[in-house]
Amino acid sequence: MSHGKTPASAEPTAGGQGTTDLLVMRDICKSFSGVPVLKDVNFTLRRGEVHALVGGNGAGKSTLMKIFTGVYTKDSGTVCVDGQEVHFKSYDDASQAGVRMIFQELSLVPTLTIYENIFLNNESLKGLALDRKEMRQMAGELLKSLGLDISPRELVSSLPVGYQQMVEIAKALSMNAKILVLDEPTASLTDAEVGMLFATMERLKAKGVSMVYISHRMSEILQVTDTVSVLRNGQVVLTAPTDQLDIPAIVHAMLGGSAEKSFEWVPRIHPPSDQLMLNVQNLQLNSIVKDVTFQVRKGEILGIAGLMGSGRTEILKALFGMEKVKSGQISLDGQPVNFRNVQQAVRAGMALVPEDRRREGLVLGHTVKANTIVTVLDQLLGGWMISEKKSNQLVNDKVAELNVKTDGINKTISLLSGGNQQKVVIAKWLAANPKVLLLDEPTAGIDIEAKGEITAIIRDFADRGNSVVLVSSELVELMAVCDRVIVLHDGVVTQNLDRHNIESEEVLQNAIQG
Amino acid sequence: MQSKVKQRVPESVLRPSLGDQVRAWLAHNNIIVYVAFIAVFILFSILLGSNFTSVNNVLNIARQTAMISIMAVAMTFVIGSGQIDLSIGSIAALSSLVAALILRDTGNILLALACALVLGAGIGLVNGLLNTKAGIPSFLTTLGMMGVIRGFAMWITNTAAVPIQNSTFNTIFGIGNVGGLPVLLLWTVVFAVVGYLLLNRMRFGRHTLAVGGNESAARFSGINTQSIKIRVMMMSGLFAAIAGVMYAARMQSGRWTFGEGDELSVIAAVILGGTSMAGGNGTIIGAVVGSMLMGMINNGLVLGGLSVAQQTIIRGAIIILATAIANRSNAKRQAS
Repeated sequence: MSHGKTPASAEPTAGGQGTTDLLVMRDICKSFSGVPVLKDVNFTLRRGEVHALVGGNGAGKSTLMKIFTGVYTKDSGTVCVDGQEVHFKSYDDASQAGVRMIFQELSLVPTLTIYENIFLNNESLKGLALDRKEMRQMAGELLKSLGLDISPRELVSSLPVGYQQMVEIAKALSMNAKILVLDEPTASLTDAEVGMLFATMERLKAKGVSMVYISHRMSEILQVTDTVSVLRNGQVVLTAPTDQLDIPAIVHAMLGGSAEKSFEWVPRIHPPSDQLMLNVQNLQLNSIVKDVTFQVRKGEILGIAGLMGSGRTEILKALFGMEKVKSGQISLDGQPVNFRNVQQAVRAGMALVPEDRRREGLVLGHTVKANTIVTVLDQLLGGWMISEKKSNQLVNDKVAELNVKTDGINKTISLLSGGNQQKVVIAKWLAANPKVLLLDEPTAGIDIEAKGEITAIIRDFADRGNSVVLVSSELVELMAVCDRVIVLHDGVVTQNLDRHNIESEEVLQNAIQG
Repeated sequence: MQSKVKQRVPESVLRPSLGDQVRAWLAHNNIIVYVAFIAVFILFSILLGSNFTSVNNVLNIARQTAMISIMAVAMTFVIGSGQIDLSIGSIAALSSLVAALILRDTGNILLALACALVLGAGIGLVNGLLNTKAGIPSFLTTLGMMGVIRGFAMWITNTAAVPIQNSTFNTIFGIGNVGGLPVLLLWTVVFAVVGYLLLNRMRFGRHTLAVGGNESAARFSGINTQSIKIRVMMMSGLFAAIAGVMYAARMQSGRWTFGEGDELSVIAAVILGGTSMAGGNGTIIGAVVGSMLMGMINNGLVLGGLSVAQQTIIRGAIIILATAIANRSNAKRQAS
């Protein structure tokens, strides 16, 4: 990929342009125990705009937003909302002033109905009693104004994640929010739900609500935002209208030219061999995966592209013994296999890096070490017991090999950044010396530097004659990593594209849309 | 990245210094139970003097707490795996009776022991199967089992106690001494060591904590989570049966009343020791010290001449206080 455009000027837009500027943050500084995290940051949000905030993990995005929403207090600088200087001391202060954060992990009570959630702690009263009728009516109107046709009496637990997020937005609006901060709002949404969210954002813009949009997904940013600000090392390095930017320009600003090669295709050191590793014939699992056939050669990286819900995850799970195979054959290294559980799959040399690393990949309360060795305890025995020395040796080797940034192998893994957590999930499977590594969205929600490193780890693994099956929604990633990409649509493989036949992301995108 | 040199880690990293080990231990363990143990010991020593500090009294505390301590070892696995077992007190009672009956009829110690232990592990197996296969939460299966087993214990002898005249049995498992130390104390040490190694140094223990910490991630890691949960419940039943054998030998009889309320003392000891109610971590030493702390408090309150009512109130209050402090220091540790 080449740079179509040079990044626009790094000067922030001048603040104080009359009433169009809803929020102006000027010269914000913040340090944690002496380490500066934000250095003279300027950020201006105009009325009715969607403003993307982009940056690697640790660039200062979340710190800036936490200052803005009252969770942290700034060391110096000013924050003005609607021309008035404000000093938020808590999240409630910010809420009162019309600033609301839509959390990544939703803050709804699943056992309550939609309207009860919307008016939680803000209930309408008739005397001492709850005025349920009025709350239901108001909630119904709010939902309708967001373009949602659901009853406010439904339980939140019965809603798909995308709708739950809408309820969260409705809750913010019920408190007259003027500014919404959306933190990775599409991370766990299906494509249809993403479309719904974007439509809602359009409606909100029309109403004059401003939004700060935090995301790692560049294509979404180009699609829905009006302005992009890029943070790097605690400084704003780029603020420009979105229509003057493209992905390379944003990536260039984020990385400062350091690691952008990670998204470029590099010829493989050892090209794939001609021998088959994995042969999947007419695989049928359920109503989603109807008839899937594909092969993976030794040393090959195969990508699976497809819309969310196209059965990508189910195929990986079937190869890992977690999904029942209705019909069809799977053979591994020439041997027909039929895994009935994960233990059998692991023994045969399969490994799966699951989609949701926090829920499925890691025991968050345990240390880096405990998480890494859990797959290979058998190999670490010294006599009857697990050898501490062997364990430490293995974990230290893996931490060094995958460049996991941690204070030590006994650090609790929840304290590591997302990218480093993901490296540990990969490390624990590499430790088991698998023949086939299945990866489900391995770089979702992690920063771009770690993405590059994980890409390199995957290629290195394949260069040693192993095979990789990679599922990703980031088409750029598939193009950068895979030797071949198959496209799933309606439960069957519709295309089988060699790396050389994929000229651009559009080709792949069009193939997926069917 | 591809060209990244694989560094060999220096030996010094693999063999951390003693200071580093102590610091790492402090960072990962809840020390409140040890501090409380020492503080309470000093307090009672000052208030009660030699009545409390005499060798005899200290050994007596060890005797009284042995069964709770041994059951607490297994309960650490149960709670660490994210489950609970309320049936252990009842299992202890039934196994004491089974052992007593077989000794009366056959005089065969090994047979009595084997039957009691197989019974305990078998009840644990049923608990585990009900939980994993029928999907009933362990709190409910073992709550029900607590009543069922206690009822069986009352039924098989029509609530009559069964005396044990086999002095070899009584000596080995209850009233004997080795080198001046009560066998009950030695058994406690043996089972604590076994539990410690099993939890910290063997696959079963690491898998148990992984299941308790995040069952889904454990399954994705290739751990047979159902098998782990069943085996943990079997271990709990087995250890409860061992405690029942010790009750029988110490009291030289089997009785349906043994172990009543023990499940709560055992859970309290485990939580006091620093194991999280939420699962995913566990400390055997903490659990045993927690058990001895509660035994010591009981003993001190009796020596201090407090009424049963007063003892009960103070014991309850101490559990609340200690867990509150432990929670605070836990939260602090995780924040750091």
